[in-house]
Amino acid sequence: MSELTREETEALIQEVLEVYPENAQKDRAKHLAVNDQSVEQSKKCITSNRKSLPGVMTIRGCAYAGSKGVVWGPVKDMIHVSHGPVGCGQYSRAGRRNYYVGTTGVNTFGTMNFTSDFQEKDIVFGGDKKLAKIMNEIDQLFPLNKGVTIQSECPIGLIGDDIEAVAKKATKEMEKPVVPVRCEGFRGVSQSLGHHIANDSIRDWVLSNRDGDESFESTPYDVSIIGDYNIGGDAWSSRTLLEEMGLRVIAQWSGDGTLAEMENTPKAKLNLLHCYRSMNYVSRHMEEKYGIPWMEYNFFGPTKIEESLRKIASFFDEKIQQGAERVIEKYRPEFEAVIAKYRPRLEGKRVMLYVGGLRPRHVIGAYEDLGMEVVGTGYEFAHNDDYDRTIKEMGNATLIYDDVTGYEFEEFVKKVKPDLIGSGIKEKYIFQKMGIPFRQMHSWDYSGPYHGYDGFAIFARDMDMTLNNPCWGKLQAPWLKSEEEPEAAAAGA
Amino acid sequence: MPNVMIRVKDDGNLLFYIAKKDQEDEIASVEKDTEDEWGGEVELTDGSKYYIDPISPRPSFPTTLRFKRAD
Repeated sequence: MSELTREETEALIQEVLEVYPENAQKDRAKHLAVNDQSVEQSKKCITSNRKSLPGVMTIRGCAYAGSKGVVWGPVKDMIHVSHGPVGCGQYSRAGRRNYYVGTTGVNTFGTMNFTSDFQEKDIVFGGDKKLAKIMNEIDQLFPLNKGVTIQSECPIGLIGDDIEAVAKKATKEMEKPVVPVRCEGFRGVSQSLGHHIANDSIRDWVLSNRDGDESFESTPYDVSIIGDYNIGGDAWSSRTLLEEMGLRVIAQWSGDGTLAEMENTPKAKLNLLHCYRSMNYVSRHMEEKYGIPWMEYNFFGPTKIEESLRKIASFFDEKIQQGAERVIEKYRPEFEAVIAKYRPRLEGKRVMLYVGGLRPRHVIGAYEDLGMEVVGTGYEFAHNDDYDRTIKEMGNATLIYDDVTGYEFEEFVKKVKPDLIGSGIKEKYIFQKMGIPFRQMHSWDYSGPYHGYDGFAIFARDMDMTLNNPCWGKLQAPWLKSEEEPEAAAAGA
Repeated sequence: MPNVMIRVKDDGNLLFYIAKKDQEDEIASVEKDTEDEWGGEVELTDGSKYYIDPISPRPSFPTTLRFKRAD
């Protein structure tokens, strides 16, 4: 199908909205838009960060997911107790593939599930005593833990437990930071508020722990990577680039990160922010309190990497700026070879994305480097400022959808007919059964890393592997194929 | 009376950030903006207006200030 014009896209949105009752129609219409690059402020064309409608299939998560799953979970040498019933922690355990180095169960605890396993009596009589007991148990069983966070699940807020008091007492007894996080799942409209709450808890309980402690020797080239969760090793492939250009990475937040790194972050000279949505809060705080500037960067695809490396270098002296050029030149033959190999196979393919955080806009550059075009994008839990940034990245008359429902997404795909969809596991099998190649863009479909030059090679390979897979031409059973059109089912091949 | 963090953007404009609402907007105009005074009525690019008693001397940004909604 050829390009949709602005009118056609608008008509498509109208058509999709038709099935809703009147009120729902009005509400959903605000969340769907046709991109117009001339719009400066996204709030004029799209509404975001609003409660999902009851009855629709939303793909959002909860505040607990934002805090335990995203921000705190990857901090590897702390124990994150899922405080409440066992399910929230168990069903999200180790699903995010944020890699780390260490011996699990001894000095790192990333893939383990710690929970207070609430029972009826804990709901009736309160769970504070149980929590205090858990703190003791943790310290006995896992003496090498560097701290504990208490990640509240819904019942904690509902029954009004005082986890702060338990945390304060445990901090004294254990002589380690015990951080209570009020990230009950019912708070806010999506995981976004969980990020905010987690950021605030880092600000209040961790960041100032080493103020006045000068034992950490900082250099003028110290930076920290903020908002990189090391999915499939992303933070590592970003880190090597920064180190090669002469910078010293003193902290990774929070993929493969430690408590000590977080406490030392105020000694950095520049905070490099990858996932803006989940960590901008703490970056703002550090800018205000410690005077550390922060900047957003994008390590998806050579064009954006080049831009970002130069922008990072511009904060430093000549030595780093030369370093940045050196790094770009060093990897040029590598990424040019990748593009030469995969671009002819992927040229002109159209992609639809629906993910969260930074990817709906950040990966556009990487697809464009491969000659592909992103024709629709959307966020699960973005705010207006995210869309402000997205509008400029997307082509005119492309689709933008906020908190898209399962139904809308399916209908859009049927009409727009993209060659590839990038979204999450919940969407994967629906679209694969519709015969459309699909990549999970949350966990890189068990591949990765995708950041940095090394990651780009893997990204390109994965996209080719999925799109040009011969299976897409074999979806229709042979006896159902009509004689005239043997290639009828070939969607992407 | 929202708490607002104001920071200088890359292009030199001031960014008005209300943490509680996660609202981020540029400041379009400030009533009093001199070396030794800053404040008064502040208008954002989206048209909404806030008020703060003028602060002197001019605060250094980024900083968190408490504004009133002006209608």
